[in-house]
Amino acid sequence: MITVKNLQKNYGPLRALDNVDFEVQQGEILALLGPNGAGKTTAMKIITGFLKSDAGSVEIDGELLEEKSLLRLQNKIGYLPENAPLYPELNVWEHLDFMASVHGIAKEDREKAIREAAKTCGLMEKLYADVSELSKGYKQRLGLAQALIHDPEILILDEPTTGLDPNQIIEIRKFITSLGKKKTIILSTHIMQEVEAIADRVVVINKGRLVGEGTPESLGGQDSVHCTRITIKGCPKKTERHLKKIKNVDRIEHRPSKEKGVIEVSVFTTEDMRSDIVKALALAELELLEIISEKQTMEDIFQKLTQK
Amino acid sequence: MIQINKDKFQALVRKELRLYFNSPIAYIFLVVFLLLSSWLFFRTFFLIGQTEMRGFFGILPWIFLFLIPSLTMRLWSEEYRQGTVETLLTSSVSVEEAVLGKAAGSFIFLALALLLTFPVAISLSFVGNLDWGVVLTAYFGALLLGMAYISLGLFISSLTRNQIVAFIVSVLVLFAFLILGDGIVTAFLPNWLGSLCKTLSLGTHYNSILRGVIDTRDFIFYLSFIVLFLLLNVQTLKTRR
Repeated sequence: MITVKNLQKNYGPLRALDNVDFEVQQGEILALLGPNGAGKTTAMKIITGFLKSDAGSVEIDGELLEEKSLLRLQNKIGYLPENAPLYPELNVWEHLDFMASVHGIAKEDREKAIREAAKTCGLMEKLYADVSELSKGYKQRLGLAQALIHDPEILILDEPTTGLDPNQIIEIRKFITSLGKKKTIILSTHIMQEVEAIADRVVVINKGRLVGEGTPESLGGQDSVHCTRITIKGCPKKTERHLKKIKNVDRIEHRPSKEKGVIEVSVFTTEDMRSDIVKALALAELELLEIISEKQTMEDIFQKLTQK
Repeated sequence: MIQINKDKFQALVRKELRLYFNSPIAYIFLVVFLLLSSWLFFRTFFLIGQTEMRGFFGILPWIFLFLIPSLTMRLWSEEYRQGTVETLLTSSVSVEEAVLGKAAGSFIFLALALLLTFPVAISLSFVGNLDWGVVLTAYFGALLLGMAYISLGLFISSLTRNQIVAFIVSVLVLFAFLILGDGIVTAFLPNWLGSLCKTLSLGTHYNSILRGVIDTRDFIFYLSFIVLFLLLNVQTLKTRR
């Protein structure tokens, strides 16, 4: 559906995007993950045609995004820029009416489109409220409604939950997930839970470069280290000697526990070696009190990928 | 060839007018404009004792000098500051349509302001023998002059995110274009440069129209001035991409 090839963008001497490639399939929710200033917003602005890239290309439905195809392809996209910029002088209806008109919705269909978008985004009770008087949550909903007004195939959402309270975040995430059943969505975020909650696939960008790509589950596997934390009764040296015999062990860390004669050991392996660890401890006649497999969180993965 | 979609263009104009009239800007502008122009005109009108509106139209370039930049200063700078330009230029609206929509919105607003001064002309026609040909030509000249101010103010607004900067720079540049052909400026210049300044001056062509005759040269000058700054505006927005 969307193919981004070797995208490059400079802001003066600063390289905001450096040969970024990725694809989004139809009906997929792709998260662009990265720290602030990583280049996510720039990538989105290029895909929506707001900015031009210095090199590389964007294809939507197999058609190259360029000057002559710009307006036609833009009509396939609904875009929610960062912080949902709106005209404070207009009311909700006027805002949606304007967006419906510029997207080419015929006058006779406009009212229906406005009501549908408002209903979908839970804006019916605020339909004639001034934009300047809306809460942050309602402004975000209006931003989404104006992106949805022309029923686009593609939605591009730049940090859609920024500034919302926890309830609003959950609500917007549910809403995006439900939209993802019908539409292709690219969203940017630097919130790991958001990726796990919503995205089918993740592209990690750092300092303008693509540093990781995959499903939220597989992303950790690209450079993964399993950590098994064990609590045992015994001598640290003996324990370490026996554990080192296990294959795939990367490193071992141990520290004394609060209990006398008990130590806590973290075994870092390149694969899940829990059963081998248990067998090795049994052979060494070391008393195992507790074993925990620590799954890498998205935070760990994010940190690892973006601190390289 | 620039293609303008009629429905989108109308939507853009409607939005601009709503932005004016849904905020106090429009009403403050209209009140200040009507008060200032009427007061400045009538304070000398009774002294002169002639039924003509030359004095009224003579002061318009100076009133416009401050009022029109106050209308145009926010047109692009505010779109950039608030980020709404992203929504606007990704909603399948061409840059040309967006620029023309804003220019037309401001022009309609200015035309409305001038229309509201029409009772001045009507009341004068009751007092004496008003030459309607001269008055209507002067209104046409004021519209051309106003549109020239708008196109330049709009262009300058596209260069900065700061409304105040846009206002001050617009006033300064418009002031330069207004006085360029004045005797006090051209007197110190070589002949060829003096006549070039007169040709490029907004004031010279306006004064020429106020005489009651629309010279093609004046009309073409204003048209070229307006088109030039609208095109520069389009180019600036495209370059900012």
